[in-house]
Amino acid sequence: MKLAELKGWELRELIKKGETGCKEAVASFLDEIKKKNKSLNSFLTLTEESALKSAEIVDKKVSQKQKLGALAGIPIAVKDNICLRGVKTTCGSHILDNFVPPYNATVVEKLKKEDAIIIGKTNLDEFAMGSSTENSYFGPSKNPHDLKKVPGGSSGGSAVAVASGLATMALGSDTGGSIRQPAALCGVVGLKPTYGTVSRYGLVAFASSLDQIGPLTKDVKDSALLFGVISGHDPNDSTSLKISSKDYLKTLDSYKTKFKVAVPKEAFGAGNEKDVEEAVKKAIKLMEKLNWSVSEVSLPYMEYAIATYYIIATAEASSNLARYDGVKYGYRSKDSSQLLELYQNTRGEGFGNEVKRRIMLGTYVLSAGYYEAYYGKGQKVRTFIKQDFDNVFKDFDIVIMPTSPTVAFGLGEKIEDPLTMYLSDIFTVSANLAGIPAISIPCGKSKAGLPIGLQILAKPLAEETIFKAAYMLEQNLKT
Amino acid sequence: MKYESIIGLEVHAQLLTDSKIFCGCSVSYGADPNSQTCPVCLGLPGVLPVLNKKAVEYAVKMVLAVGGTVAPHSIFARKNYFYPDLPKGYQISQYDQPLSTGGSVEIEIPESKAKKKIHLTRIHLEEDAGKSLHSEDNSYTNTSSNVKQKGETLVDMNRCGVPLIEIVTQPDMRSPKEATLFLNKLKQILEYLEICSGNMEEGSLRCDANVSVRPIAQTKLGTKTEVKNMNSFKAVEKALNFEMERQIGIIESGGRIIQETLLWDAEKELIAPMRSKEESHDYRYFPEPDLVVLKFHPQTISGIGGIRSEEKFGTPTITIVEKIKQSLPELPEARKTRFIKQYQIPEYDAELLTTEKKLADYYEECVKNYPNSKAVSNWVMGEVLRELKERKISVSEFKVPPKELASLLKQVDSGTLSGKMAKDVFVEMAETGLSSEKIIQEKGLVQVTDTKEIESVIESVLRENPGEVEKYRSGKERVFGFFVGEVMKKTKGKANPSVVNQILKEKLSS
Amino acid sequence: MAITIQDVEHIAKLARLRLTEEEKLRFQKELGKIIEYFDQLKKLNTDGVPPTTHVVPLENVLREDAVKPCLSVEEALANAPDRKGNYFRVPKVVEKEG
Repeated sequence: MKLAELKGWELRELIKKGETGCKEAVASFLDEIKKKNKSLNSFLTLTEESALKSAEIVDKKVSQKQKLGALAGIPIAVKDNICLRGVKTTCGSHILDNFVPPYNATVVEKLKKEDAIIIGKTNLDEFAMGSSTENSYFGPSKNPHDLKKVPGGSSGGSAVAVASGLATMALGSDTGGSIRQPAALCGVVGLKPTYGTVSRYGLVAFASSLDQIGPLTKDVKDSALLFGVISGHDPNDSTSLKISSKDYLKTLDSYKTKFKVAVPKEAFGAGNEKDVEEAVKKAIKLMEKLNWSVSEVSLPYMEYAIATYYIIATAEASSNLARYDGVKYGYRSKDSSQLLELYQNTRGEGFGNEVKRRIMLGTYVLSAGYYEAYYGKGQKVRTFIKQDFDNVFKDFDIVIMPTSPTVAFGLGEKIEDPLTMYLSDIFTVSANLAGIPAISIPCGKSKAGLPIGLQILAKPLAEETIFKAAYMLEQNLKT
Repeated sequence: MKYESIIGLEVHAQLLTDSKIFCGCSVSYGADPNSQTCPVCLGLPGVLPVLNKKAVEYAVKMVLAVGGTVAPHSIFARKNYFYPDLPKGYQISQYDQPLSTGGSVEIEIPESKAKKKIHLTRIHLEEDAGKSLHSEDNSYTNTSSNVKQKGETLVDMNRCGVPLIEIVTQPDMRSPKEATLFLNKLKQILEYLEICSGNMEEGSLRCDANVSVRPIAQTKLGTKTEVKNMNSFKAVEKALNFEMERQIGIIESGGRIIQETLLWDAEKELIAPMRSKEESHDYRYFPEPDLVVLKFHPQTISGIGGIRSEEKFGTPTITIVEKIKQSLPELPEARKTRFIKQYQIPEYDAELLTTEKKLADYYEECVKNYPNSKAVSNWVMGEVLRELKERKISVSEFKVPPKELASLLKQVDSGTLSGKMAKDVFVEMAETGLSSEKIIQEKGLVQVTDTKEIESVIESVLRENPGEVEKYRSGKERVFGFFVGEVMKKTKGKANPSVVNQILKEKLSS
Repeated sequence: MAITIQDVEHIAKLARLRLTEEEKLRFQKELGKIIEYFDQLKKLNTDGVPPTTHVVPLENVLREDAVKPCLSVEEALANAPDRKGNYFRVPKVVEKEG
């Protein structure tokens, strides 16, 4: 039995039955990280001491036959843009490389309450801006399937941790595909929940109206398990929906349902790699074989999604990142004697290329004379994109598309061409703009052996539908 | 040529909530620097704002009190600019969809007694920034590199996130005097609503002004300037007068007014430009994505029912405009009118007694226990206000409760105390906070009304002054006062004067 | 829409970003290309279309006016790059502008 290969729900059972000690398990994960992290660069910080301490508490509960939390003993990696009290939270940025938050994100509190073991903080594109983890101040993470390839991003470190068995589960954040795309490129399951179901309190904001925290896991059951724990209303987040948390794992007991599937024609053709398109089409065949009704539909505004997304996301980001000014926390430039200089040098030296580019873009689209043409326009087109989905979900349960038009690309391959990099988010940004849930599950590999992701989208709060459909496909794609 | 000024005001009033507008930090004044902050108001990475319900209720109270219209749909916006005491790099405010529009405040021009309406453009909610202390004396050294510069700025974030309403007027005021009249009226309303302390010195009421001048009879408006940093009512009038004169001076010497922001320097009593170079602001306002819309449904504004809660996802129940409307206290004008009618006191009295809600409350409480309303009015306007002024305290800090004043006045009526004695006792009460009974007892101040005791004193006075008695009896009635004085001397002023008069007359005519 | 070097400098000043000459040139080129891509939205007629600021249909989310414990002064200043006594410290503010 290899602990690293176990799913979260399996590991919890083992620990519960006393077949493995929690501390012993956690220690073995930590050993593995120490061995492999040098080449993978998945973790930025290990929380070894507190992880072992939490593990001891779980062991004690087991021995005293106390009730165990839903995530008892499961090693979980947390993306380094989610605040963990007393532990450095860098956001992959030089400007925060010494920042230690005095508070816990709501999701962290929820993990702890369910006896999860937080083993460390994972690498990401700086402030979650990127699709490859190459924008991290601390260097890129590597794809465990091919170390010369990117793991995707921005939650690359979390995807790598789960894919390589360094953590059983991980939390990521998804603003325009940052959970789903790395999940696809690393061959794991990644869920972007309905906007407002998981509290954003303690998630360092990139684009507030788009950001959601979600799980990266080895399978759909773990995704349902982890989502059940982290979702639910939070009074500290004004955009948090009044829903109570739910045992989504249990809903999978009766998963055999037939779904009405919509396949948008805009998601197929020209831009996709051949292997990706074939794998997704194969999955669609499988759905037909399962007697799901599959129809082609149109999402006419999808072609405007990238422009709309990058206008809204950068505008919000330019404001959200204004607080990094060297006054209250974080990096302060060493050679400034005037306040204006201190601001400009701190931010000029503290932020990386991609972050500066997006702050510039966002400042531009909000600036006097351009607001209506760009930001104002973007918000209106966002209405169209949302309506596209509203219309489809009147008649269909789920929408199917590739997660990414390509498999993992080479390190350094796209970094010099920002627009091309942006365009690769074509299938993921729509779900964020519309606020709907979407999951990426593995659906085969390319000829070169690189994972391919299938994306399933549903209407707001239809995570249960997503889990059931994904679970069923997962069972049948296994072969 | 004669000129008039055109003045519009932007008034910021701090709302009297217990906690800040977007977090649970206390807002009490005068706390140690940076001792009233949390991750939210410090703008730490990852935090989110949640709107204080009471702040919304208070703001709506003000809107209703000035007859404004609560917008059915209002949103918050981010105002983006960099400043050390603005921790997030933006201020959460309201921009193109404010809480309310319209409304007005009526002022009375003292000379002409003419009433004038000052119209409001809007009232909106926003958060305050922190406080920066600038110093030239200490040089700033970048701790990590030894780069030096003259002067440093120290920042205290306690005030970050304190709830404010911004009240914006139309340019309706025609003189600095009118501006102060308006400001006083506004302060009075805020105090009556008990939503703001109105203390300009503590910064809980702040005011910026837009000022331009033009020759009387000219209709075209002149170029306006913005005057900031006026921290007291006196400063407002002084600064606006200064600015008006400055602008007239420039025009008369053939110059042109530049549109700029000016700061009032209260110490030097002059105005100086805020920044040397002209750079246009670009605040890049956009809707605050971390807060949701404030909705007041039409039926709640016009008078039926409450706010509908969201059926689909469910939101907490909300402020009910109608409930707030019903909870509005009687406002100064209405109270004044009622005082005149109900207590039969002169308009002058009613005006003075209702300037401050607490004072009017004091008066009414006193009248409840001692129904001679004019006597109470005389005492409150005279003795009470004098004590407050001398002690530099507010009504709520005053040590004599209205019930105690009432019982003091009753003792004058019953003859226990003379009017003169009562005034002395009152000063003592204001000083010590003791009851009148206690003071009277301790000082042995009870007025002597015992006829026998007074009779024997009078007899001895008459005995000791046979010459004066002779004078009186021979028709020189002026000496009557002499006898009264002597009796009072002997009784240390405690003898009841009317009893003394009565017995003296009897004795002298017998 | 062409972006000039002056545009780049103006935006960088608003955003308080010090850019090297090389960065300015690169951003001029890159931002120009991206903004040109954004311009495709202009061909859509959005007259009368309501903007989407939030995807969640929430309204009137409020908290009670209750005081909660604050951070200690030490916690509040723990991450400060520079402090003096219990204050955050920066070079003297010369001008306030946006």
